[in-house]
Amino acid sequence: MKPTGHHGGWVIILTFIISFILTIMPMPQIAIHLRPEWSALVLLYWCMALPQRIGVGTGWIVGLLLDVLKGSLLGQHALALAVIAYLILNLHQRVRLFPLWQQAVVVMMLLNLSQLLLLWFDGITGQPAKGLQYWLPPLVAMLLWPGVFLLLRGIRRYYKIR
Amino acid sequence: MLLVLTSILLMTLDHRQQHLQNLRNGLSILVSPIQYMVDLPGNIGQWLSENLSSRQALLEDNAKLRSQNLLMQARSLKNADLENENRRLRELLGSSFKVSDRVLIAELYSVDLDPYKHLVRINKTAQHGVYVDQPLLDAYGVMGQVIEVTPAYSTVRLITDPNHSLPVQVSRNGLRTIATGTGKIDELQLPFLPNNADIKVGDLLVTSGLGGTYPPGYPVATVSQVIRDAERHFAQVTAVPLAHLNRSREVLLVWSGNPVPQEAPDKSDKKDETKPGTSP
Repeated sequence: MKPTGHHGGWVIILTFIISFILTIMPMPQIAIHLRPEWSALVLLYWCMALPQRIGVGTGWIVGLLLDVLKGSLLGQHALALAVIAYLILNLHQRVRLFPLWQQAVVVMMLLNLSQLLLLWFDGITGQPAKGLQYWLPPLVAMLLWPGVFLLLRGIRRYYKIR
Repeated sequence: MLLVLTSILLMTLDHRQQHLQNLRNGLSILVSPIQYMVDLPGNIGQWLSENLSSRQALLEDNAKLRSQNLLMQARSLKNADLENENRRLRELLGSSFKVSDRVLIAELYSVDLDPYKHLVRINKTAQHGVYVDQPLLDAYGVMGQVIEVTPAYSTVRLITDPNHSLPVQVSRNGLRTIATGTGKIDELQLPFLPNNADIKVGDLLVTSGLGGTYPPGYPVATVSQVIRDAERHFAQVTAVPLAHLNRSREVLLVWSGNPVPQEAPDKSDKKDETKPGTSP
């Protein structure tokens, strides 16, 4: 693996910005509970593809920005994303060899964990309980994962990001 | 591990006190371009429809607005008279009562935040004199209150947010109670009314002015359902908010007089400011 400096850093930043845009894009009322955690998906991909560059720290910063963007408690998403980034960094060598559908299942479980963490902190700070549809976004994310993976891999190969 | 501890510390601080407002303000400048970009398609659409509408349509629109204006003016003449009479009577009674409030028009950003909280972002900030807890209205009723002011935008909690309650009063008989949000955009709950309370479907609820956040007398909701179940302590009353919570784009910020904004809000556009009577 040759040292590459900051090659392609702006592409990575751009993908995160697009994920932020998708996160707050207005959606029809029916689909409002189905919106997957785009930022988490993008983060998981980059952690898996470039574990030496993208990791817990990036996850934490992305999460903090997400907190400000969504108006949630400062540090809530930061913690959740840092935890799942840590887990995927530990798992990435195994998960990278999985077929796509199996990867999607792993991604869903990690996102469920992040939802659970968010729910805990909501509970501690006295937010009202949420219905079962709270667990839909990870499922949607699982279905979308192959698409996201192939798209981001295409981008990574095109711009030769290492 | 360190980051986990930092996050927990941050969350505690953010939840307990206001020290982190500066950090939030700084980061809000970073994220506001994203918000602006998301809002852009809606803005462009509006701009296009304004610029591409035909002369005929504009003329029709103009005529309609003119006749409406005439009607409103006639009504406001009568209103002014009533206002004067009201003030005179109140002076006789020796009570102080402020009838007109200062308002400023703000625009919503069309962005979706957390689907479980009903928060919206508006484009007016501390620069315009916006303060935390300031009430927000649209042309039909009360919408919510400002919960956060940053240099780039302000965040507003709508009255239907499950964490929001506001003191209301039935305009027919002055019965006071509290309306809480349910998390559904078209429903409020009145959980603290006993079974024998004098309330019925169709009653208009207005702000009572208790609590000091909302000025008294603005319309909030109409009662849509009353269930009196003898087995329960309280009647189950639901109401439909009058404000177009998910449709309005132009909204009104109200200065009701009691908390003085830190800066003179005269910096804002003069044309934005109007001085209507009690209800817009």
